Amino acid sequence: MRDLRVHYALRGGTLARLFGRDVGTVKAVDGVDLEIAKGEVLGLVGESGSGKSTLGRAVLGLAPITEGSIAYEDTRIENLSSRRLREIRRDLQMIFQDPNAALNPAMDMETAVGHPLKIHKLARGEELRRRVIDALERVGLSPAGLFMKKYPSDLSGGQKQRAVIARSLILDPVLLIADEPISMLDMSVRSKILQLMLDLKADLDLTYIYITHDLASAKFFCDRIAIMYLGRVVEIGDTEEIFADPKHPYTQSLVGAIPDMDPDRAEPRDLPRGEIPDAASPPLGCAFHPRCPKAFDRCGWESRDLRILLETHWTKVPESEYDAERAIVGDIDALDVPSHTSVLPAGGGHTGADVQRVLDTIQADDPAEPLWKGVRDRRVTGSGVEVDFHEGEDPKLRPAGGVEVACHLY
Amino acid sequence: MTETSHGVLSVRDLRVWYGTDRGPAKAVNGVSFDLRPGETLGLVGESGCGKTTLGRGLLGLLPRGAFVDGDVTFKGEPMPPLGSKEHRALRGTELGMIFQEPMTRLNPLMRISEHFEETMQAHEPGVSKDQVRHAALEVLRVMGIPPTRYRSYPHEFSGGMRQRLMIALALVLRPAFIVADEPTTALDVLVEAQIIKILADLRREFDTALLLITHNLGIVAEACDRVAVMYAGRIVEIGAAREVFRNPEHPYTQELLRSTISLATTGLTYIPGAPPSLITPPPGCLFHPRCPHAMRVCSEQHPLPLQLDSGQRVECWLHGPDDQIPTGGREPMVMREELSLADEA
Repeated sequence: MRDLRVHYALRGGTLARLFGRDVGTVKAVDGVDLEIAKGEVLGLVGESGSGKSTLGRAVLGLAPITEGSIAYEDTRIENLSSRRLREIRRDLQMIFQDPNAALNPAMDMETAVGHPLKIHKLARGEELRRRVIDALERVGLSPAGLFMKKYPSDLSGGQKQRAVIARSLILDPVLLIADEPISMLDMSVRSKILQLMLDLKADLDLTYIYITHDLASAKFFCDRIAIMYLGRVVEIGDTEEIFADPKHPYTQSLVGAIPDMDPDRAEPRDLPRGEIPDAASPPLGCAFHPRCPKAFDRCGWESRDLRILLETHWTKVPESEYDAERAIVGDIDALDVPSHTSVLPAGGGHTGADVQRVLDTIQADDPAEPLWKGVRDRRVTGSGVEVDFHEGEDPKLRPAGGVEVACHLY
Repeated sequence: MTETSHGVLSVRDLRVWYGTDRGPAKAVNGVSFDLRPGETLGLVGESGCGKTTLGRGLLGLLPRGAFVDGDVTFKGEPMPPLGSKEHRALRGTELGMIFQEPMTRLNPLMRISEHFEETMQAHEPGVSKDQVRHAALEVLRVMGIPPTRYRSYPHEFSGGMRQRLMIALALVLRPAFIVADEPTTALDVLVEAQIIKILADLRREFDTALLLITHNLGIVAEACDRVAVMYAGRIVEIGAAREVFRNPEHPYTQELLRSTISLATTGLTYIPGAPPSLITPPPGCLFHPRCPHAMRVCSEQHPLPLQLDSGQRVECWLHGPDDQIPTGGREPMVMREELSLADEA
């Protein structure tokens, strides 16, 4: 994969479309380079909205590719005709997250698992039946005769996922893309399905792309891991290296956020604040900076961070203090437009000096707040306070230690 | 048991059975436990072990036709029959619930302020908007939701924020007891960790007793004082979370802990088979068909609840009482039905 980008155009209103106005794009996958060797297990790890599923779908030609290229063996697949793509898809198969949604409730297992063979016109009659039995037995649904005539509603969650895996195996694929294959399953079934996937890999010489938000299973299952955040790979390397010394602050937070079952090791930890931002207008500079505990001046501080700072401050003060300060600071909605200079207007009957005093108190309360490192200048103007931030830079993926990291710290 | 005197909730021999064509499904079958004020009890077990039924049963949220029996004492008084009008009156003010999917529980056409007004006015008809705002901002502050968002609509919030809103709505009337059913399952890892932290801090800020239903054992280790392990409608082990995680006494707890994938996982283990049918459960101990230590007595008689020195209460013949085990009962089980690999939950 080379510089892969998948952008979705936002639809916007009818009028906007009529006049052809640009309403923006969601950069679901934004410039990703990846290579997968045969027999390897590559993990794509990140929160929802990080683009990991879109990336997986793009490999199968299921997501429109805006830019960049994907090569399978020697074939470039980004511009293939749908007929050629269908041929290649025999080698590239997908295991979906939700076995309830992936199986047609009106198809019994024989029909469902044999369906790919029928679609590709590869087998029929006795041959089809034999291969279905083979696939079912291979995933542990044995004796197959017991399951052939069953419908999804007759099966448990784990059995359904086994059937989904059987269906993806029946075309003898080379690469399997498993999108959260165990996250919808009960805790006690997860290890069984993971074990099954390991056995299949050994028996059939498979290559996996394992998409997950669960670092614990990725650690066990993957040879290499790519940590994704907002459409980018922020850290990539061998699983062992990543866990031995997670470099990107985001990776560090993900590792730290896994609840520990050992009560002696369960310790209070610093969690990144907030949630994954809107991919339609990602933060300026490094996309992770608003949540990053280690951010500094070059990370791209901007107006929206100032709003978050004010709002966080107001969750900590008593109601009366909030009411008073809210009156001093005027309209804060203007801060939602991303910019490196922002004006915080004073409310009715108040002056810029009052606003400056509010900001002074906030800074004095928590001088360690990383946002202040990004402030170049903060001066009183006639109607408010103008806050000037350092221009940020978007960090590129660079080698650091045995891995590659996209962070200004390295 | 002596702890009953100060408990918020004391449950004795609770049963919830559902009628089916093939006979009653014993979803909760003789459950007893106590909850102290401000205590968090984690309820764990595989799917289909009766966790959700137990939680909903205590709040009277069961479907029609469910058969309920047993004694529930709430704040020292017998709880009105589950599902009765008097019981319903307790909901909201004294009993609260936090659901899994926050978006389906918030009305998209109502501002957050209106949600709080509706909730509080339903229970205190004369309450003014200013009083509501005051109480709401107080809980929202604890949840980390800025007061500037008080008049926003649900769609303007992220998933984690919505779950915080749900918790705030459940807490604004300061109920003594809350059931949280898989509150973080729909959330991302980092947000999940944030919510767990909030739940773990609840006992300091509010004096609410919490029953936290989850299948994530890590969450229990981090957020709960005590843990109850449920299997096929019964609590098979209950005790201080620290103790249970360090020295699990019931084989089911041991296997459950071993089969969970964590950062320390170096090899995969799993419990063979699946939880038994609740309609036709196996004789004797319900776990014996899957138990690695099953003895002859286990397939014949149901084990007795036993208070161990370590503080846990378990139902397992391995811990005795010896005088109740018939001669030869400790011999390993001879006949064991073959469990199919694919026979799973």
